[in-house]
Amino acid sequence: MKTQSGIKTKVSGLLKKLALPLAISLATYSQAHAADVNTTGLAVTEDTVKVGILHSVTGTMAISETGSVQAEKLAIEQINAMGGVLGRKIEYVQEDGASDWPTFAEKSKKLLVNDKVAAVFGCWTSASRKAVLPVFEQYNGMLYYPTFYEGLEQSPNVIYTGQEATQQILAGIDWLVKNKGAEKFFLLGSDYIWPRTSNKIARKHIQKLGLKVVGEEYYPLGHTQFNSVINKIKLKKPDVIYAIVVGGSNVAFYKQLKAAGIDMTKEKPLVLTISVTEDEILGIGGENIEGAYAAMKYFQSIENKNNESFVSAFKKRWGDDIVIGDVTQAAYLGPWLWKAAVEKAGSFDIDKVRAASPGIELTTAPEGYVRIHENHHLWSKTRIGHAQADGQYDIVYETDELMEPNPFPKGYQ
Amino acid sequence: MFAEYSASELTAIFAMQGFAGLILFSVLVLMALGLAIIFGQMGVINMAHGEFMILGAYITYLTSNVFAEYLPSLFVGYFFVAMVLAFGVTFLLGMAVEWGLIRFLYKRPLDTLLATWGLSLILQQLYRTIFGAREVGVSLPDWMMGSYALTDIIEVPINGIFVMILTLVIALSVYWLMYRSGWGRQVRAVVQNRPMASAVGINTEKVDRVTFGLGCGIAGIAGSAFTMVGSTGPTSGQLYIVDTFLVVVFGGAQSLLGTIASAFSISQAQSTMEFFLSGSMAKVLTLLFVVGILMLRPQGLFAMKIRH
Repeated sequence: MKTQSGIKTKVSGLLKKLALPLAISLATYSQAHAADVNTTGLAVTEDTVKVGILHSVTGTMAISETGSVQAEKLAIEQINAMGGVLGRKIEYVQEDGASDWPTFAEKSKKLLVNDKVAAVFGCWTSASRKAVLPVFEQYNGMLYYPTFYEGLEQSPNVIYTGQEATQQILAGIDWLVKNKGAEKFFLLGSDYIWPRTSNKIARKHIQKLGLKVVGEEYYPLGHTQFNSVINKIKLKKPDVIYAIVVGGSNVAFYKQLKAAGIDMTKEKPLVLTISVTEDEILGIGGENIEGAYAAMKYFQSIENKNNESFVSAFKKRWGDDIVIGDVTQAAYLGPWLWKAAVEKAGSFDIDKVRAASPGIELTTAPEGYVRIHENHHLWSKTRIGHAQADGQYDIVYETDELMEPNPFPKGYQ
Repeated sequence: MFAEYSASELTAIFAMQGFAGLILFSVLVLMALGLAIIFGQMGVINMAHGEFMILGAYITYLTSNVFAEYLPSLFVGYFFVAMVLAFGVTFLLGMAVEWGLIRFLYKRPLDTLLATWGLSLILQQLYRTIFGAREVGVSLPDWMMGSYALTDIIEVPINGIFVMILTLVIALSVYWLMYRSGWGRQVRAVVQNRPMASAVGINTEKVDRVTFGLGCGIAGIAGSAFTMVGSTGPTSGQLYIVDTFLVVVFGGAQSLLGTIASAFSISQAQSTMEFFLSGSMAKVLTLLFVVGILMLRPQGLFAMKIRH
């Protein structure tokens, strides 16, 4: 013990002696104002700032997360082309979460502690987000999370750029009830937290409107045999099949639905999904899902100036055959929202960026316009898309106003 | 749980579920038959079985693209060409794998597990490099997507019938190959007593190679058929492997008849329960049922009587 503390005093004495010349040489090396915008030792130099991209590029989630990585890289390249953030070019360190939640946690720690990144854009599944959350809170990092999700969460260290459940669900059901006279709903989903929570909210809302849920079913992730549930649906004759099946199961579900004689282009039963983006349709095949409705905030077919230039830039960068889904767009917002917050704060410091974040607005968002709420979610519009045979959605409705994010909905849990 | 349905509805339910169960049965048999040949007859644990299926699916995808591009007038029939190609390619790859990897491991069955597991990872990465990480959609000719209405409730999907007929054809061919042809007799001889079979002049190396190739080829056909209902991505094969082993082990590893009986009981149990309980609960109960029977009969439903 004694010798240890002796060594400590020696070392600290040495450091004290060295401190002044060290500080002077550092200051002359990187000029005074690098310290102004970064008082907490982030990887910021006079010309560059380092950020992290953390997604699965291998494993089962790679299918979904590839689009997010592409969107984040595109945003970073565009920001750099405009001169960067506070005059600094963004450099990114990309890590692979490998569809494995402990790996996500480990890699996020590496990004925050070793690379000292000023922000991380990443994660897709709720499981991966839950795994990295304690790391971001412990080491005070900033995560921009792009996926629509179940809500029931709010962290000072996360900005949620996708929709939470109430934003996505309520408008969709309201629209069907009002315009299609839907009264009986059949809820269906993959068996994990997001579909179950979302269906809970949907069920509450349906009952609140005085309407009926005639069935609720869950199947394991990756399930490919939906014949039984389709039989059940036929027998219960719902007006709406409300489907939150995720990933590859979607392919099986829609192909079997069509093969079983359920014609989604007819008025009954209607299919409403919140989990099939243009990306999933690539696997399902447009002709197999034609006629289904989807409730999301973004579709590739949105017509406005922002989206036009976004889609053409995306295709120019990543290939003409590519499609852009809701999460890809939400991932694209991340770097831009971060840039705006940093510039408002005049600093890369996490605490200052966080304080500056609420109220940040993006008039250049492909989805039109978004604003960050105090609860770190985005105000956004919800739209209803009508699936077409070419794999794109026709937008048949959008909310007039931005919907307020409400991650802890009272009476809906 | 039956009270909410009327008698006529119940009849319809059991008819529909019975049929859904038959489709599931066909799917399970297609998945498991190839594995049963490799695992049951050769004692090789082939963890890459799912990846061979996906290879069949990707070949179907490529064939459909080629037909849509160059031979649109023949598109209605492309699926049969695709299945033949899927069989051919996976058969050849299977033989190559046996020659390059498996033949060194016949005395170490557990090592075949590791080797084929590695092979499955290599194949997955290969698919990802060639076809991309996203799932691909295989478009089908219109006639395969329809359904045939028996009554106003009972509708029979045409692709379901297609899978059933395909399964029947393949199961009968395998039966004929294994139990009625000279080559099958050689396979069974090698399985029962390798040194003796070799001593009477059977080329055991060739028998092993062709048997392994055949198992993989059937996986390829299965994969091709599954593009009608399932998804095709680099890792989709993993979804099938657990169910496939379940069917083979439950049936009694060395008996092809056992594989069919096991697929039948699992599919009917699953499908009937799925209707009255939730989908996840049906799966749990099916597993419990299988585990329970395996505890009573560790050798599976049908065990072959052989002298050890």
